[in-house]
Amino acid sequence: MAKNQTLEEKRKHISSGGAEKYHAKNAEKGKMFVRERLQLLFDDDMSIEDAFFANNQDDKLPADGVVTGIGKINGEQVCVMANDSTVKAGSWGARTVEKIIRIQETAMKLQLPMLYLVDSAGARITDQVDMFPNRRGAGRIFHNQIKLSGRVPQVCLLFGPSAAGGAYIPAFCDIVVMVDGNASMYLGSPRMAEKVIGEKVSLEEMGGAKMHCSVSGCGDVLAKDEQEAISFARKYMSYFPANYRKAPAQKESIDPVAFEKSIEELIPENQNAPFDMYQLIDRIIDEGSFCEIKKKFAPELITGLSRIDGRVVGIIANQPRAKGGVLFPDSADKSAKFIQLCDAFNIPLLFLVDIPGFMIGTKVERAGIIRHGAKMLSAMSEATVPKISVIVRKAYGAGLYAMAGPAFEPDACIALPTAQIAVMGPEAAVNAVYANKIAELPEEERPAFIKEKHEEYKENIDIYRLASELVIDDIIQPDRLREELAIRYEAYQNKDVTFTERKHGVYPV
Amino acid sequence: MMNEVKASMAGSVWKLVVQQGEEVSEGQDIAILESMKMEIPIPSESSGSVKELKVSEGDFVNEGDVIAIIE
Repeated sequence: MAKNQTLEEKRKHISSGGAEKYHAKNAEKGKMFVRERLQLLFDDDMSIEDAFFANNQDDKLPADGVVTGIGKINGEQVCVMANDSTVKAGSWGARTVEKIIRIQETAMKLQLPMLYLVDSAGARITDQVDMFPNRRGAGRIFHNQIKLSGRVPQVCLLFGPSAAGGAYIPAFCDIVVMVDGNASMYLGSPRMAEKVIGEKVSLEEMGGAKMHCSVSGCGDVLAKDEQEAISFARKYMSYFPANYRKAPAQKESIDPVAFEKSIEELIPENQNAPFDMYQLIDRIIDEGSFCEIKKKFAPELITGLSRIDGRVVGIIANQPRAKGGVLFPDSADKSAKFIQLCDAFNIPLLFLVDIPGFMIGTKVERAGIIRHGAKMLSAMSEATVPKISVIVRKAYGAGLYAMAGPAFEPDACIALPTAQIAVMGPEAAVNAVYANKIAELPEEERPAFIKEKHEEYKENIDIYRLASELVIDDIIQPDRLREELAIRYEAYQNKDVTFTERKHGVYPV
Repeated sequence: MMNEVKASMAGSVWKLVVQQGEEVSEGQDIAILESMKMEIPIPSESSGSVKELKVSEGDFVNEGDVIAIIE
């Protein structure tokens, strides 16, 4: 940096980032300059920026390729680190890493959320001894992330590549928003894959945003452009307190959207026929308050943040419209993380149950559905926030357990009149119990026998009978569901429970 | 452009709800599978005409098997 520059000139140089050609290249891809991104993210300008002069002795490394500091989102302070891809493709040198570590330490001390705006080619190989293996090398970034996890919200907005070791920044965040077309995550690039294992594959196929948001589950939200990603982050933050010691902010209640069809009319009489669970959700939550997470991944289970009567509630709902609402390894995994997220930040949970059970067959057994299912049960069981389970229709087998059934200490398990709780559905059960008897009967007598046994079975699992046995806490009119939930969440707001005393469980991961 | 409509899970083909040559729009159901005692609708992810139906009613399909091709 030229010695005769004034402070203002030096500031101007640094805040304009890398060379003009890199700005132009980014603009071509629809990428904003890092400081523009931050301006959009914060209510106003960033209020505090430290280590702005990092590496200023080298003219070509303004701020050493990363902006770190504090700003306000929805009036609340947050810490941020944001890569500048106009400076050596956003790669990490020694001071880049030190800056990231320091802002994480600040987030820890001040108990503030930590946002990561990632757009980086990874480590500067030429600087590796100074930034890779040491105590305050890049490994410390991940170590800090793991330490921050559950203490403060950690959000990753992925605008460009997140390569090799850098791909672990998103992996340790609560949520990852990926910009379609530009964002990618991978351990080895396609070029490396071809050289090392002989695979020919495109970047988009191997580590693109669409793939990660629908197949691997490493991405949570697919944004069409950077503006959408940033506005999602602002919305997402409105559901969270600054840290685990605080409760999420309550807003003014907004009525749900008005629909012609009532909840009662929405639910088909035939337990096996599909219906769209989103429509039920829309009828019970404050209008416009749904913030869905992992929409494109494992759609048989819906997870999202919402508000009911102004209070933040995390919803876990079976979706009969996709894969019959059956639980698969991916959906179990999806719900486990979402439940942990809500429980960590004092967000009450709502389970909307309409589930035929966990998937069976060779494919899912080989994929370890049992341990993935166990992971979901563990997270749900351990969650000590207010928990309400609503049996909308069927709740069969381990599906009842996974969806916060009565044995898992929900604050309430309430049923709609259409609820059916059983080890299995009537068809499967009659078949299981009477298979031999049915085979012995002359063919013409079978339908009548099966029908009779169905009826017997249905009586046996009748929801009023289960209410009489105190299995469920109440049966309510579907159109009163929102009101009922609002009253209960208000009543449960001061719930204070410790799950158990120990260092930590040995989790089925 | 051709798009494949694939089975979202293992099951048997209960009903084919469109015919070859029929125009379909995005999100419209092509077939209904029966699996885990549930009706599983399989919608098309694109609009176009049904070029080919790859399965018949009663067939067992595995997750990922092609049910129809939309052109």
